[in-house]
Amino acid sequence: MKTIDFILNGKPIRSELSADRRFLDVLRKELGLTGAKEGCGEGECGACSVLLDGKIVQSCILPLASVDGKTVMTIEGYKKTKKFKAIETAFLKEGASQCGICTPGMVMATEYLLKNNPAPSYDEIRHGLSGNLCRCTGYNMIFNAIRRAAKEGEGLW
Amino acid sequence: MKRDISKSIDNVEGREKISGEAIYTSDITMEGMLYAKTIRSTIAKGRIRHISIPSMPKGYYTVDAADIPAENYVHMLHEDWPVFAENSVNHIGEPIMLIVGPDKEVIKDIVGDVKITYDEQTPVFDLSDSHKALEFTKGNPKHAFKKAHKIITYDYETSYQEQTYIEPQGFIGYPENDGVTLIGSIQCPYYVKNAVKTTMGMDDDKVRVIQAAVGGAFGGKEEYPSLIGCQLAVAVAKVGKPIKLVFEREEDMEVTTKRHPAKIHMEAAVDETGHIRGIRSHIGIDGGAYMGLSQVVLSRGMLAVTNAYTIDHVNCKGDVYLTNTVPNGAFRGFGAPQMIFAIEMFINHIAEDLGENPLEYKMRHMAAQGDLTATGGVFRDPILLNEMLETIMEDSAYHEKHKAYQDPDVFKGIGMSWFLHGCGFTGSGEQEKIRARIRLKKDDKDDVHILIAAVDMGQGPKTTMRKLVASLLEIPIENVHFKNPDTRYVTDSGPTVASRTMMVVGGLVARATRKLSEQWVSGQELVVEESYRQPDYVKWDQDTMTGDAYPAYSWGINVTEVAVDPNTYEVKVKDMWNIYDVGKAIDERVVLGQADGGQAQAVGYATLEKMEHNAGKLLQKNLTDYIIPTAADTPRMHNKLIDNPYPLGPYGAKGAGELTLVGGAPSVALAIEQAIGRRIYKIPATPEHLMELMNHEDH
Repeated sequence: MKTIDFILNGKPIRSELSADRRFLDVLRKELGLTGAKEGCGEGECGACSVLLDGKIVQSCILPLASVDGKTVMTIEGYKKTKKFKAIETAFLKEGASQCGICTPGMVMATEYLLKNNPAPSYDEIRHGLSGNLCRCTGYNMIFNAIRRAAKEGEGLW
Repeated sequence: MKRDISKSIDNVEGREKISGEAIYTSDITMEGMLYAKTIRSTIAKGRIRHISIPSMPKGYYTVDAADIPAENYVHMLHEDWPVFAENSVNHIGEPIMLIVGPDKEVIKDIVGDVKITYDEQTPVFDLSDSHKALEFTKGNPKHAFKKAHKIITYDYETSYQEQTYIEPQGFIGYPENDGVTLIGSIQCPYYVKNAVKTTMGMDDDKVRVIQAAVGGAFGGKEEYPSLIGCQLAVAVAKVGKPIKLVFEREEDMEVTTKRHPAKIHMEAAVDETGHIRGIRSHIGIDGGAYMGLSQVVLSRGMLAVTNAYTIDHVNCKGDVYLTNTVPNGAFRGFGAPQMIFAIEMFINHIAEDLGENPLEYKMRHMAAQGDLTATGGVFRDPILLNEMLETIMEDSAYHEKHKAYQDPDVFKGIGMSWFLHGCGFTGSGEQEKIRARIRLKKDDKDDVHILIAAVDMGQGPKTTMRKLVASLLEIPIENVHFKNPDTRYVTDSGPTVASRTMMVVGGLVARATRKLSEQWVSGQELVVEESYRQPDYVKWDQDTMTGDAYPAYSWGINVTEVAVDPNTYEVKVKDMWNIYDVGKAIDERVVLGQADGGQAQAVGYATLEKMEHNAGKLLQKNLTDYIIPTAADTPRMHNKLIDNPYPLGPYGAKGAGELTLVGGAPSVALAIEQAIGRRIYKIPATPEHLMELMNHEDH
């Protein structure tokens, strides 16, 4: 049987599950990592965002086969980093999380945004987050949090 | 000097939510847990002739009306909404049966193999079948209209709005102590508990309801979870194992309650000076297939008929019409956004018809302290609208922009609305229906535990309640605890709805905290309770709908600036300036966060969020078709709060959550009116709708 091998949060994983399994289900059900959330199951809301070889992807529309030979970072791995600490503090101080269901995905989207643009303008942040829906905050406090993370975490990205 | 209570602290749930550690319903698994999937009606109205069920693999079950031990209705205000359809169906998506078993894929196959035949009947989709009519009168509107110099009449229309919480509805149920325990994504643990008790015929100690982390609700998890909670309880009792029932997005959007579409007729009797002497109004709301909470939604809508204006003579009628469509229900604002859209547009349209400056015209009718409300109650507390208006006009540069955007070629506009929102349940509802009880417990380590049924669904009561108690006792917030409610341990402090949590429940918590402080003996366990007492001054007659509809009102003003693309008619809502009187914010950032979120939902309601049905089938059923504001769409928000402490609220706090949504749509719509030079009578003002308006010569 063909296995699927990938690096998840720094650790090698060998999976014998069916290659067409949704990667979000593999994370949540098989590996017990529930930080990525299912909001829509169709790649629209971004609550399930993870980083695949450093790129932001929606794990609810990602077949397991797509991660073969690649590196995946989820919130569970990311939360151990210094960059996460900067984002966490900024999100807390700016009130960027309300119900929290979109927040892990927002954090992953923030990492992707800042990695590519360590000092984004408001418009760049708007564009960068447009794949992640939030119904609670109206986004403004998230924008401010990202500006704060970029400033206070200067040099990390 | 004591620290100002409004000064923000970090949200106490922030870290677990940001790190993804908070546990939502779908994150929970239990040993031996089964899954459930719902089989639903595919027709809008008819009799169920036959249900053919395939042979079931071992370990798979059907659960339907025949399995209900006691009552087949969802205990709410009425008894018309079945837990499972029995014999007949009244809307597409109505639940008929659950398929329960260990493997979701097998369940899906079984669901596909269940065949139901119907004798179809003629469904009703128009607003013709009234199941509840309400009416109230202030002054002598007949006389006012008879004597009117001019009568001005317009009709307004609002559409569905989907709550679109990012976490779909769900529960896990399991058997416990010969009863059933449910963990779910809910706003109102005791609504679910009481509904399950009724359907199961179970005693109080047999039903336990626990709140998991809630990924947004906005009213959508007020009454609807009672329906699925009852279904799951029936299933758990039959199967005897833990069962998880979590909706997928499409299912959630197709079958759960939404904001009621409304048609609102407005008439004004205007005297020689241009003053509005009387208003007559009729609001019809589409309740969908079952009454649910529609009667109360209608009532709150009607009570907003004169919004923040004083009109001496008023007659307001309203009807809940039932149709063969998905039942509609609670959504932040609860009837008020529909009516406030109508009245705000109406006042502006009257002013324009009379050749008056709309702002000055509105100001001449503005409600003031001591004035009578639409139902003849009294605005007892100070109204700071004038001060608020002055601030927001300056902040938004309203006058300059309003003048500049008179140029039809710039396709820009600025709009303004002001509004009130009654705090807590209508009339004597708190006293007669809810009768909130709260409990505080001090343990032998002198830590205080808040034992209330209020749910933190993002709006922050975990933070604000702990802050309130810690502040009153002058102890660190770390020594005050507030866990997700579990009906085994917390009293029924009422539902987490109606902007009542801080003003009403927080008011009781503050009272209990003072009691605790008086009786405090270090190292000793101590429990104190408080229950709701209606303020003596509140006089309300439910039959005639007269008197004080609410004990207090919160107030707000929204100013919105838009740009409309002259080719595509796409509306860009650029900025919103907003100011609110919520009495006193227990935490400024929490209230400002409510403001940003409520306003974004109002922008969606006014411009983007189109939902329609075709013969009872919703056409928008996922996030591709139903558009909520994204980070790219949301306006820049400029929010302010003004202190106006309410004597009976904790530290002066009034309601905040709904206020930030109820008046936004007309401010957006008025800005669009200026940008395109056409009047708007209907929302959402989508590009398609604006194109229709632009292509219409008469305006």
